[in-house]
Amino acid sequence: MSIDTLDRIETKVFERPTSLIDTEMHYCPGCGHGTAHRLIAEVIDEMGIVEETIGVAPVGCSVFAYNYIGVDFSEAAHGRASAVATGIKRVLPEKYVFSYQGDGDLAAIGTGETIHTCNRGENILIIFINNGIYGMTGGQMAPTTLPNMKSTTSPFGRDTKSMGYPLKITELVAQLPGTYYVTRQSVHKPLNVRRTKKAIQKGFEYQKLNKGTSFIEIVSNCPSNWKMTPVESNKWLDENMLPYYPLGDIKVPNEKEA
Amino acid sequence: MIKLMKGNEALAEAAIRAGADAYFGYPITPQSEVLEYLAREAEKRTGMVVLQAESEVASINMVYGAAGTGKKVWTSSSSPGISLMQEGISYIASAELPCLIVNVQRGGPGLGTIQPAQSDYFQSVKGGGHGDYHMIVIAPATVQEMSDFVKLSFELAFKYRNPVMILTDGALGQMMEKVEFFEQQERTTEKLDWATVGKPTDRDHNVITSLHIKPDKMEEINIHLQKKYRLIEENEIRFEEIMCEDADYIITAFGLVARICTKAAELAREKGIKVGVFRPISLYPFPYEKIKSHSSKIKGILDVEMNAGQMIEDVKLSVNGKVPVEFYGRMGGIVPAPDEILEALEKYIEGGKL
Amino acid sequence: MAKAKGDISINIEKCKGCEICMDACPEDVIAMSKEVNQKGYLYAVKITDTCTGCTNCALVCPDAVITVFRETKQKKEQIATITNVTGNITVTVDK
Repeated sequence: MSIDTLDRIETKVFERPTSLIDTEMHYCPGCGHGTAHRLIAEVIDEMGIVEETIGVAPVGCSVFAYNYIGVDFSEAAHGRASAVATGIKRVLPEKYVFSYQGDGDLAAIGTGETIHTCNRGENILIIFINNGIYGMTGGQMAPTTLPNMKSTTSPFGRDTKSMGYPLKITELVAQLPGTYYVTRQSVHKPLNVRRTKKAIQKGFEYQKLNKGTSFIEIVSNCPSNWKMTPVESNKWLDENMLPYYPLGDIKVPNEKEA
Repeated sequence: MIKLMKGNEALAEAAIRAGADAYFGYPITPQSEVLEYLAREAEKRTGMVVLQAESEVASINMVYGAAGTGKKVWTSSSSPGISLMQEGISYIASAELPCLIVNVQRGGPGLGTIQPAQSDYFQSVKGGGHGDYHMIVIAPATVQEMSDFVKLSFELAFKYRNPVMILTDGALGQMMEKVEFFEQQERTTEKLDWATVGKPTDRDHNVITSLHIKPDKMEEINIHLQKKYRLIEENEIRFEEIMCEDADYIITAFGLVARICTKAAELAREKGIKVGVFRPISLYPFPYEKIKSHSSKIKGILDVEMNAGQMIEDVKLSVNGKVPVEFYGRMGGIVPAPDEILEALEKYIEGGKL
Repeated sequence: MAKAKGDISINIEKCKGCEICMDACPEDVIAMSKEVNQKGYLYAVKITDTCTGCTNCALVCPDAVITVFRETKQKKEQIATITNVTGNITVTVDK
């Protein structure tokens, strides 16, 4: 005896990833760091690589990334995350190694390490959060602060004549033969969140191929230091950050080769 | 195996034989032979990772990352490069990572000279980076010790989960001597419960960090470190006494200078002056008690260094005013000769002052 | 075709009231509470039954406090009937 029935059943279609430690994050309301952390945890869970992954946390707001993503972690000195990641990857080449760095860490004090790590083509994933400001220290000018954008150390707006130009380090590292996959994404809208997750997944997958560095910039917000509500900050990001830092792939692998 | 070898090459050869897993470094005179030798020899013999970094800042942070995995990791440099590493060394000491750092000193301050000096004593022993920390610091005097101390350093580094520094100088790095090497050891990694190697299901995730925002936790870490340093001070004092038993005067000196002082002491004894040489081998922990034990039997101490007088402060602390301590030193890359040390010693004995 | 039926559950004690979910919801299912949670934030609450389970709110939530459910129609196949004293139990498996 066999009959077919149509039942309505409720399925969980979205829940907190297991690797995201069940604790409250210290980030301000609406901060993109939380979303980026969650995406990394989701990808690590889905790929089943918790035991094979080592993260490197920076100095800056995300210094405590190791309290939130439940894999082995090393906390680096300011700007040195990619050097620390290099050290780990060189002695544990079979493991997945990623660094998570902000704009001050990666593109100011750590520029040398960033460029040389990418130029050596270290088989690591670098996740770069660009919100155009120093969050942890309280809203000072970052290398990525937009022209005329106000910060506590550019109170009248960034004057490019004396303070220099916002550094598009992602385009810069894409020029280096050592990078394999370079992309710029964001986490301010659902579609962008999906794309960023896909990019992170690619970054981890490419690591296994030993082809070089994967570099993912995530353009993000800083409601507290931009002095806006979270929703306003995402709108501001859309209207001001994205024209200067356009989203999309900057360097993609030759799929045939991949 | 006995070989005639440069001090720098002996360091490199010893690290290969000690089963080191990785070396991260940056060329700087007078120690570039270390990286050159490793680049030629290491990978093909043991598979040791050898990487020329973009700077000493990057090197020491690569060491930090790799040491966090529980591997045997090391770096070497010379004075200006070691200055660049100080931030990383402070982090390594705080996170309690075992590693070896070799300083083949040259004259400073600043870019200075490529000639040998001992002017990084304070930086090495008193903590060149920020915060209350200590490296274990040992000073070889021969090319033989350049080799032996590499093996010893890795043992101490893992025993105490602490960075170890070999503090030597450009003269010892460049000079050739006979050296007998220990047998090749296998590269093995112990399973360490603190290492970041990927989190298995049966433990919580490991975190290597030096950040402890809450002051009570940070104090707790400091207390723990200080306890460890007391333990090191109890167990790891090393020194050499040469002709000290009947000495009226003792010369204190470390590293290569101690050998020159030994020659000076022999010349003094030919003239009927009973002189001995006391050589601290471990500069941290410093042999305070041992030097103090001589103070009731001697008339004075002459401290000789290739700097403006740094270790002399620890020598004075040892005898605590019981014996006069005078200093003779050369700076800027000049190595003192035995006869000038003897002359200084004779002046000191005559006038009590230099 | 009728819209998919969905549901969300919000961990209100961990919510920081950033309102990004509210902005992202195409069906205006979410509003902010009148009361504050223990941390002192107004928190997200579900105010209508029009949720489609699209997950937009959860995707943009920086604190991962939203779980999303979706009702799906699934074909079931009866594989056995067990009879006991209280009656018949039908056992089915998802096709």
